[in-house]
Amino acid sequence: MLNPFEIIETIKMLDKEHLDIRTITMGISLRDCSDPDVDAMCEKVYKKITTYAKDLVKVGEEIETEYGIPIINKRISVTPISILCEHAKSVEDCVKLAKALDKAAVATGVNFIGGYSALVHKHYTKGDEMLIASIPQALAQTQRVCSSVNVATTRAGINMDAVKQMGEVVKQAAELTKESGGFACAKLVVFANAVEDNPFMAGAFHGIGEGECVINVGVSGPGVVKCALEKIGPQADFGLVAETIKKTAFKITRMGQLVAQEASARLGVPYGIVDLSLAPTPAVGDSVAYILEEMGVEKCGTHGTTAALAMLNDAVKKGGVMASGYVGGLSGAFIPVSEDAGMIAAAQCGALTLEKLEAMTCVCSVGLDMIVVPGDTSAATLSAIIADEAAIGVVNNKTTAVRIIPAPGKKVGDIVEFGGLLGSGPVQPVNAYGSEGFINRGGRIPAPLHSLRN
Amino acid sequence: MKAVITVLGSDRVGIIAHVTNILAKVNVNILDISQTIMDKIFTMVMLVDLKEANTPFAEISKALDAAGQELGVSIRIQHEDIFNSMHRI
Repeated sequence: MLNPFEIIETIKMLDKEHLDIRTITMGISLRDCSDPDVDAMCEKVYKKITTYAKDLVKVGEEIETEYGIPIINKRISVTPISILCEHAKSVEDCVKLAKALDKAAVATGVNFIGGYSALVHKHYTKGDEMLIASIPQALAQTQRVCSSVNVATTRAGINMDAVKQMGEVVKQAAELTKESGGFACAKLVVFANAVEDNPFMAGAFHGIGEGECVINVGVSGPGVVKCALEKIGPQADFGLVAETIKKTAFKITRMGQLVAQEASARLGVPYGIVDLSLAPTPAVGDSVAYILEEMGVEKCGTHGTTAALAMLNDAVKKGGVMASGYVGGLSGAFIPVSEDAGMIAAAQCGALTLEKLEAMTCVCSVGLDMIVVPGDTSAATLSAIIADEAAIGVVNNKTTAVRIIPAPGKKVGDIVEFGGLLGSGPVQPVNAYGSEGFINRGGRIPAPLHSLRN
Repeated sequence: MKAVITVLGSDRVGIIAHVTNILAKVNVNILDISQTIMDKIFTMVMLVDLKEANTPFAEISKALDAAGQELGVSIRIQHEDIFNSMHRI
């Protein structure tokens, strides 16, 4: 028989500490939907998604009821759409595909569909080029479609032509959705070393190394980790802090593993991975920044924050990896500024700057995430921010990403409201000096050397 | 399938009677009951077997939730595997 204390511990985590399954994401291959007739292709895409994912939301809700675990999001990721865009004749054709995805998302009841994506870490194909050019319109004209572009890998280097273009794409996407503070940019991620099985939005896509259909699960639980650290108190040394985080991550991930197996069995779809990320939400008590502050830094962003985050990220992985058969995705701690109450507060009081965030991305999952910058930030500066982040990923052999919002008409100190899980972001200053000369060179930064490490 | 029912709140007359009455009506067998005061909160944990249940899980869950609101306590029913997976290797 289970011990009542263990039962109550689980219930407390669910009730008071915001433990939840952040997402069940169904990955669907659309490679067989390719068709020279774009309208026919859209029809095939819609039909395939709505057939495969017809029970996804229902099964998610059943599991929620039976196990008493909140499952916040049910989502879909698809094959990078640029592969289908090889048949597109114009940017409008690509936008049609985005609308077909949006319609399929509405029909299946999922809140986001990811995979309006291109992988251009070395060069572009015709389809890649067209898809990337269509991103601002596609995101402005749809509600639930998410887009990502991989511009760099450790093995290929950094495609600086793509980096340059993505600065412009981000800028255009913001302009086209200026009434909502540049909301389209919240659905657009620029990656280095993108992973193929990430269940989290906006960067999810169903990689070409994946199968026909798969279930990936993303867990969460920053609140649970924070409460566990509160219990051991401020005198505990780092050995005990690491151990406590590991144990907590283990428990959280076990729950993700259970949900992944159950969803996979009920949907008749193989289970891919559990992504053991600590994903914050704007809710009080569900913040990664507050974990770092619990460790002893006065405000997230001050000196010591990078070390605290490095330790947290590593301990989460160590604890989680044993709890699941297959760990994948982005697995680590996310630091999206607008989605984390503690990060928002730290950015507002000036403790957390863009430079410090960049340093933090060297040691944790993903990168500069949900950062709002002034609307007059130039495309070249956005590209340069992307290039810096890509360099960190490429040299350190990790995934990095940029999801940045140059909010039209907004200045440093303003707040931009996105609503829901995307939260609200304070506008943060960027360096006033330009980077045009660097960005305009174009070409490719060669892949880095991975020996003679210093 | 086995499930765990938990009741959390302040103690009062009739909680167990109320819960067991609902379970009897839907033909759910009680395998084990334990109750204790934890952090000054009345805590009852019940292991039940739903193999012979005559009502779908979601409805049993709703009935228990409604009873909890009536009694001013929190009552929930959850598949036992969530606890097993979290606390047992």
